[in-house]
Amino acid sequence: DIGDVGLKYHLELVLEDILDNDSTVNCSAEVLYHPGNKNLPPDVQLTIDGELKNTDEADNIFYNRIKSLEKELVAENIPDSHGNMSPEMEPIHLLAWAASGYVIWQNSTENTNFQLAQIKHVKQVKREDEYLEFDYMILLHEMVSQEIIPWQMTVLWHPQHGVQVTQ
Amino acid sequence: MGFKKPWGAVGAQDELFQLTMRALLLLAALVAVAAGTETFVGHQVLRIIPGNDKELQKVQELQDLEELQLDFWLAPRGLGYPVDVRVPFPSLQPLKAHLEANGISYSIMIEDVQALVDHEQMEMFRSSRSRLPLSTSTFDYSSYHSLDEIYAFMDLLVAENPNLVSKLEIGHTTENRPIYVLKFSKGGTNRPAIWIDTGIHSREWVTQASGVWFAKKIVQDHENDSELASILDKMDIFLEIVTNPDGFAFTQTKNRMWRKTRSKQSGSVCVGVDPNRNWDAGFGGSGASKNPCSDTYHGPYANSEPEVKAIVDFVTNHGNIKAFISIHSYSQLLLYPYGYTTTPVPDQEELHEISEKAVAALSSLYGTKYKYGSIITTIYQASGGTIDWTYNQGIKYSFTFELRDTGRYGFLLPASQIVPTAQETWLALKVIMVHTRDHPY
Repeated sequence: DIGDVGLKYHLELVLEDILDNDSTVNCSAEVLYHPGNKNLPPDVQLTIDGELKNTDEADNIFYNRIKSLEKELVAENIPDSHGNMSPEMEPIHLLAWAASGYVIWQNSTENTNFQLAQIKHVKQVKREDEYLEFDYMILLHEMVSQEIIPWQMTVLWHPQHGVQVTQ
Repeated sequence: MGFKKPWGAVGAQDELFQLTMRALLLLAALVAVAAGTETFVGHQVLRIIPGNDKELQKVQELQDLEELQLDFWLAPRGLGYPVDVRVPFPSLQPLKAHLEANGISYSIMIEDVQALVDHEQMEMFRSSRSRLPLSTSTFDYSSYHSLDEIYAFMDLLVAENPNLVSKLEIGHTTENRPIYVLKFSKGGTNRPAIWIDTGIHSREWVTQASGVWFAKKIVQDHENDSELASILDKMDIFLEIVTNPDGFAFTQTKNRMWRKTRSKQSGSVCVGVDPNRNWDAGFGGSGASKNPCSDTYHGPYANSEPEVKAIVDFVTNHGNIKAFISIHSYSQLLLYPYGYTTTPVPDQEELHEISEKAVAALSSLYGTKYKYGSIITTIYQASGGTIDWTYNQGIKYSFTFELRDTGRYGFLLPASQIVPTAQETWLALKVIMVHTRDHPY
């Protein structure tokens, strides 16, 4: 507890690659929650002990596939009610997962626990530059209140430049 | 996307708005009467986030304009909270003009509600083209089923095993659906019993699906599995597979993420009560919401929900239930009371030991990791919960499970995981049942 500044937590955690259970990386983090001011997201400092897997090949395959689509991608309900997701939609889902991480961070307090529940709707937005842009309508599940919160997010992505979320 | 326009003579515009509305609505009403159906063609769902008190007030006022036929999916709650409203086609342009005139920005969440509904209907038709099951041996345990299919399964199971299984109707729901419990018994009168329920929260689909699997498993193993056989020699098992039928039907037809019951709440546009906050244990305290629109709304009073009352009456009248297990998803947890208070239960040590064994048994099958402990220390404070009530009634072995997964799919667990989940959970249930058998009280 650092008095007026807030509550600081020190975490030791292990990252596990959801596509490859055997691939793990140890991390440590310092998280500082700001009390009272509900609009400030927590400060996070993360240290990765090792390296994250290189995903260039898969990234480029996905990037080229989307770039070569004749019509802008549109999809709904990923996964569907039965938990199904087509293989083509996997990267779209993973991208939403990464982007929603940012949204969740920006909206987290010590009393919230968010998960991405579903992509209700995703629409690719045509761009003149090299970035891919997707308009997502997602559902977030907040564990403590048990509420399902719809959220609209616009996501930019490029294999070399990473993910950017503009809400 | 919404945009702001400078507003001028707001008063005059409001009047014009009202007039236009009434005219358009009259027209729409005539058309609907002529067609005899309700569709959502052209309806849109708008999201408004009031940023100041004036905006909030304006938005709240919209709720009173009945002629607009606005359907609030998320009612106004306070500053910064999103307000989602389905707007019938004729009300769209005037409403948007009204919002813009008042400088209230909005975004369009769903551009055409009917398109979404059509798509869903198509999906459901495709998956339900499987007609009702013909026998429990040809039933597909690795897929999710409709309420009708599950009710048909129950009848088949009873018909195929009349000496072991019977079906009891313990009440009916707000929407008048029957509430059924399967009884597994090798005889005797009012033997000490184990209660298992699944599906109290309708969106937790892996639980109802597991319940179906458990029912079949009991029938399959009741003679050849020595543990189960000896349990049934002394005790009965009651299994309520669809504990919240109205909610379940709603998740199939309208909203996959629906959790609560479907009872109407006076004074609110919102529907439903959280059936796991409606029990008479710390009812209404911290850990439940007073707001009818909330997913943890405790209801107007304890046992207000027929789904909850039915179980309360059953347990009370039976009088000899010795273990009570209520199954939820997701998070991979095994929990015991209390949720409403930090005071540990007197039997804390024993319940903790049982949990440790049960979780080890569960893990032994596929390595699935579970945490365990009391509700309040392991998950969060929750008042009016099921197993807090059952424990306080004297049912010592009261447990709640949160099944797979931990958030990757959450409520939308792929059907391929139903059977593995049910199999591993069954091992944990057997630990609890065996302990109950060996420690009569």
